[in-house]
Amino acid sequence: MKAKVYVTLKPSVLDPQGKAIHHSAELLGFENIGDVRQGKYFEIALSADMSEEEAKNTAEKIAKDVLANPVIEDYRVELVTG
Amino acid sequence: MKFGVIVFPGSNCDHDAYHVISKHVGQPVDFIWHKETDLSQYDAIIVPGGFSYGDYLRAGALARFSPVMNAVKDFAAEGKFVFGICNGFQILCEAGLLPGALMRNEGLHFICKHVNIRVENNETPYTNEIEEEKVLSIPIAHAEGNYVCDDETFHQLEENNQIVFRYCEEDGGVSEDSNPNGSRSNIAGICNLDRNVLGMMPHPERACEELLGSNDGREIFRSISNSIATLVS
Repeated sequence: MKAKVYVTLKPSVLDPQGKAIHHSAELLGFENIGDVRQGKYFEIALSADMSEEEAKNTAEKIAKDVLANPVIEDYRVELVTG
Repeated sequence: MKFGVIVFPGSNCDHDAYHVISKHVGQPVDFIWHKETDLSQYDAIIVPGGFSYGDYLRAGALARFSPVMNAVKDFAAEGKFVFGICNGFQILCEAGLLPGALMRNEGLHFICKHVNIRVENNETPYTNEIEEEKVLSIPIAHAEGNYVCDDETFHQLEENNQIVFRYCEEDGGVSEDSNPNGSRSNIAGICNLDRNVLGMMPHPERACEELLGSNDGREIFRSISNSIATLVS
């Protein structure tokens, strides 16, 4: 079992790195791009012995306590079974 | 009076802080490895600058899980002095000892230069030997010094006079031009409600020798040692 965790900046927080990436994409000739926001992606391998609920709770807790800083970031957890 | 300087894997301003305490403050000081859990013999702890844990995940994010940080939290809760400089400020924010967070600089660059900061509150143990609104020349060296917080936190900081230093012009004017990293309201340093925990991005320990271009940092260290002396006596 695997958990995918996405950590993104809160919408209210400016993202200077995303802005620079946006600018570079425009320089390359890509038009019609809206905002670019940079985030982080994690894959966590979880023991197959856990129930799906336990696995989801564990991943949620890791995301909340370690991976994201709640002052500036949001997170989303997806569980991949099998 | 005894100082401790915490050493994480990747700390690199620990020796500068040690040098300033032993040479200019003239007090005993120890390096404290991050696995230590007993801080009972110290009066003040410095969380120094550097790149703890290689800045992995976010600057300061992993250092807060080091064993010593629980001891630092208890130490702060007792009202003792915890001083975070640069990466130390980032760690104290990540650990929840100070509000807000430090993000990537607005201009993305790592900035290493002398800046001017204005003393916004001289009624803290870290600034009580300095005139209010005095401008200090202190170097910064960071890529993640852009202070952010939500509106509610910001209003609380203002209301409770927790903003201790702001980036400013040489004459003390606070302007957008004098803000090196995009920090909200030019914030360079803040303290907690009880005033015993302070974090700042500029490096006062690098501004204690004429030879290094400024010794304005000494005024901050003099304030701390006098505050401890007052408490202990």
